[in-house]
Amino acid sequence: MKLPPFEYAAPTALADAVALLASRAGEAKAIAGGQSLVPMLAFRLAAPTLLVDLRKVPDLDRITVSRDDVRLGAMVRWCDIEDDAELATAHPLLKAAIAHVAHYQVRNRGTVGGSLAHADPAAEMPGIAVTCEAEIAVTGSAGARVIPAADFFLGPLMTALVPDEIIVEVRLPAWPPRRRWGFQEFARRRGDFAMAGAALFYDQDDSGKAKNAHVGVIGVSDRPQRLAEVEAVLNGRVVDEETIRRAQKAASASVKPSDDIHASAAYRRALVGTMVERALQSACA
Amino acid sequence: MSVRFEVNGKTVDVEVEPRLTLADCLRHHLRLTGTHLGCEHGICGACTVIVDGAAVRSCLMLAVQADGAKVVTVEGLSRDDALTPLQASFRKHHALQCGFCTPGMITTAHALLSEEPDADADRVREVLSGNLCRCTGYVSIVDAVLDARAAYKKHERTTA
Repeated sequence: MKLPPFEYAAPTALADAVALLASRAGEAKAIAGGQSLVPMLAFRLAAPTLLVDLRKVPDLDRITVSRDDVRLGAMVRWCDIEDDAELATAHPLLKAAIAHVAHYQVRNRGTVGGSLAHADPAAEMPGIAVTCEAEIAVTGSAGARVIPAADFFLGPLMTALVPDEIIVEVRLPAWPPRRRWGFQEFARRRGDFAMAGAALFYDQDDSGKAKNAHVGVIGVSDRPQRLAEVEAVLNGRVVDEETIRRAQKAASASVKPSDDIHASAAYRRALVGTMVERALQSACA
Repeated sequence: MSVRFEVNGKTVDVEVEPRLTLADCLRHHLRLTGTHLGCEHGICGACTVIVDGAAVRSCLMLAVQADGAKVVTVEGLSRDDALTPLQASFRKHHALQCGFCTPGMITTAHALLSEEPDADADRVREVLSGNLCRCTGYVSIVDAVLDARAAYKKHERTTA
């Protein structure tokens, strides 16, 4: 359908954007690239009375790599991540995951902040945030705060943001160069929403055993989740064929997907096991 | 709201509701109906236009967001009545039947080849995966885009 009526503002300062959101008691929405929000409006699933466009707010589009972390401003687009040569070594898991986001035209407009705020259970960026224990820096009329990714995603399309809060940046912990990682996602076409996906990494101790394993999955629950059972299989073991087999089984056993029009629960259960298996195989390769 | 932007090299001023999409603005206010509406929710790619050099889904952009931008539609890709190399290649390879997806295919391919004239078949398919076609089965479209690469490598530029 055509979009419902709304007012529109494009403030030039973050504080003004917050004030505008606060002025409508939850009836205003921030818009970044619009690649998730505008379809919601087209389906009349949302009808905010005011859209606050962030495109003129400065300093939200930086990619900053330091010794301590990788910071992505909320307005960083998928194409910006794709084009950033430093990220290939500074955060290869992020780069690999983002390569699966959407399609060419959407990648020119869609943003990191938009994806996090939208919180689709099958989206890659929320999956990376949870897997990597990212911190999400936001600001609202109550001031600035930092929300750990584990506390940020509350359910399908639901986050811990209050209505006047705007995401400013996401901070991913620094990536050690010898880390093992893998990303696997299955969708009918690359760029479609994942039916299931796995993002994982682990480090190794001196005897080659895995430690610090982080295994996150998307598409199999109402939000991205880490699989503690799979991490427990990996930690303290050499990641060989046997370990991978156990990890695959643990992954399938530990998720509780529902049936929907795209896949049955049983299919997703099996699929997530395969995604974990393949991600581990690529991590060891 | 008043919006001023450049379309196919010409500055335009329009008075629009904030909820008017760029696609509807182009089609109804500017009578540039080459940009097509297939799904109006960002899936089919028939509405693709080029904004500040990047291919975008114009059904997902508000006209008010185009204020100050340079927009190129399928109409703006030819200088005159002659076919551009990309258009000629589509004709040669029978890359259209009903033609509904074609403007989106052409603008997307033009944006791609302008940036990546060496794109291989896999890359062309990957990029065009955001554009749906019900008629052709895609093979002829991919062939047409690949065949047009030579023109982009020689730095033949159209209006975009």
